[in-house]
Amino acid sequence: MDTQTAQSEATRGAPPHAASTTTVDQRMTARDVNLWYGEKQALFDVALDIPDREVVALIGPSGCGKSTFLRCLNRMNDTIDGCRTEGDIRLDGKDIYERSVDVVELRARVGMVFQKPNPFPKSIYDNIAYGPIIHGLASGKDEMDEIVESSLKGAGLWNEVQDRLDTPGNSLSGGQQQRLCIARAIAVSPEVILMDEPCSALDPIATAHIEELIDELKQNFTIVIVTHNMQQAARVSQKTAFFHLGKLIEHSDTDQIFTNPKESMTQDYITGRFG
Amino acid sequence: MTDIAQSGVVIGAPTPTIKPRRLDPAAMAARTKKRYAAERRFELMGLLAVLTALGLLAILLFTIVAQGYSAFWQTTIRLPVQLDQNEIDPDGTADPAVIARADYSGLINDALYKMFPDVEERRAKRTLRGLISNGAAIDLMHRVTANPDLIGGTLELDLLASDDVDQFVKGYIDRSRPEGDRRVKDQELVWLDQLDGEGRIETVFNSWLFTNGDSREPEMAGIWGAAVGSFYMMLVVLLLSVPLGVGAALYLEEFAPKNNRWVDIIEVNINNLAAVPSIVFGLLGLAVFLGVMGLPRSAPLVGGLTLTLMTLPTIVVATRAALRAVPPSIREGALGIGASKIQVVAHHVLPLALPGILTGTIIGLAQALGETAPLLMIGMVAFIVDIPSGPLDAATALPVQIFLWADSPERAFTERSAAAIMVLLGFLIVMNTLAVILRQRFQIKW
Repeated sequence: MDTQTAQSEATRGAPPHAASTTTVDQRMTARDVNLWYGEKQALFDVALDIPDREVVALIGPSGCGKSTFLRCLNRMNDTIDGCRTEGDIRLDGKDIYERSVDVVELRARVGMVFQKPNPFPKSIYDNIAYGPIIHGLASGKDEMDEIVESSLKGAGLWNEVQDRLDTPGNSLSGGQQQRLCIARAIAVSPEVILMDEPCSALDPIATAHIEELIDELKQNFTIVIVTHNMQQAARVSQKTAFFHLGKLIEHSDTDQIFTNPKESMTQDYITGRFG
Repeated sequence: MTDIAQSGVVIGAPTPTIKPRRLDPAAMAARTKKRYAAERRFELMGLLAVLTALGLLAILLFTIVAQGYSAFWQTTIRLPVQLDQNEIDPDGTADPAVIARADYSGLINDALYKMFPDVEERRAKRTLRGLISNGAAIDLMHRVTANPDLIGGTLELDLLASDDVDQFVKGYIDRSRPEGDRRVKDQELVWLDQLDGEGRIETVFNSWLFTNGDSREPEMAGIWGAAVGSFYMMLVVLLLSVPLGVGAALYLEEFAPKNNRWVDIIEVNINNLAAVPSIVFGLLGLAVFLGVMGLPRSAPLVGGLTLTLMTLPTIVVATRAALRAVPPSIREGALGIGASKIQVVAHHVLPLALPGILTGTIIGLAQALGETAPLLMIGMVAFIVDIPSGPLDAATALPVQIFLWADSPERAFTERSAAAIMVLLGFLIVMNTLAVILRQRFQIKW
């Protein structure tokens, strides 16, 4: 208990944590993010920068608020009743919680992949085409075919499914389904892709596939990934942020977090002493 | 999504020690045996319950079919009827109105007298005339009006027999009983035996049952009027309750603010509405649709409106259950690529919930189809002979028809009630089968 209070003092006293990492190009910035589920506060003064075309991993024990924070970034929390968000989250310098921001457009720019693969119960083609259709991204059948093909190629799924695009999306294996969901997300060409434990329901081989894919995707997209798997965080991310009890305890370059963390709690967590 | 509530990692908290325990093998074996016995008992009771239910259902169906199957046949008596020009159209006008006004009963009676020339006494003649139903004259009138060329010739006609003759021919009246105890007297038995000997008594498919409206004469009473009334009512119910019910459920489930007091009150009341006795809806219909709005009494429109009120909660509850069964991950997936709320509902949730909605709707409609009590209050439980030509005409409904016939003393109405029950059950089975087929056909697995 002592350590916790001490820790919260530390974070509260020093939100410029964020400012310490000076990267040239920040795709998203979050400052003083507080969030409540009804009466219960779930996030405390979180401040984090998400640099352009890098992978940021959010780690921490269950219930630490990392998924909640992730869902703040494309306002998915808006759909939860009794959820209230305060603070300043910017995408390309523009406050995404401002009244003039259309949440539909925001989510087209900040896509999301979920923990459990959730393809629509439609064909593979229709799964990919759905986003471009509702956003009017393709003007004809040929253009749509092109989007579907490039998205599936981008998600490394094209070779496996190219001759059965009209089979249902849920007939694929778990790993393929998750890559289909990634393809669905990149079909609307977002700037940022949020991934909420994308591999937790997958076997090691499928996980390795997704991790390779993340590595490739970061050339074009900014990725924020929540993971329980610290090796995964170490493998795929350039920046890592450690959450505990709704507070951002520490964040910096992944190498530094895993080799030389500043906070003893981070050290305890990544070495497996708790969590 | 992880829940913040379960956080609270305490580092270095001592874990209580639990030691392995030796179990007594004998006691363990006894417990296992008891457990298995309990399982078997439970299984047996369940099986027994199912068998009892099936047995009772079989008995019910058997009694209905055994009582009602004979109503699908009708006895006719073949007589040569002379269509005399002088009787029907003495002036040769060929005017359908004149032809329709002619005395066809007289023609049929003449044919009877000619068949039994030795019957001379007035009372005996009246009894003789009673062999043939009044409906026979109406049938003949329709036939001649439709085809005036028949006038002047003689037709061998299968004439509708009266209900007593019909019941006798079907074997429901025992000729060995004393004369005072049976509806068909000795004299009639002689005539019928003679007719039968000449091969003039025949049993044909009872098309009257399916084309006529209600009648005081059992042999002329049919379910068509009631069926048409039920059809108009179901049309009104379908057109009103589906959009209203599905719309209300969609709003409550997908759009209404959660944890809002007003929404909670509405929800509770919709669920309560499903448990309101149906006669109360009849009272409401009487007060609102007849009293305040002044709609015509006994009209299927009013019946439909009243039944809509009764069906709404069923549809709302079923639709909400179907919407809730759509996994939230589908909604999140669509929201996550930037679909708006209405797009999520229209493109994903509604199509996936459709089988459940259809099932609920059809079951609600089937319920409404079998309902009598609310109709009592709005004047649809009535003796109505004419077949309604629109939703504003006076009409009755199939279950009401059954109720009215079951109330009548004539033996022939007993079999007709059972037959009408069979027809109603047939409709209900068809509707429920449709519900099952639709559910299986559109069901999507994930």
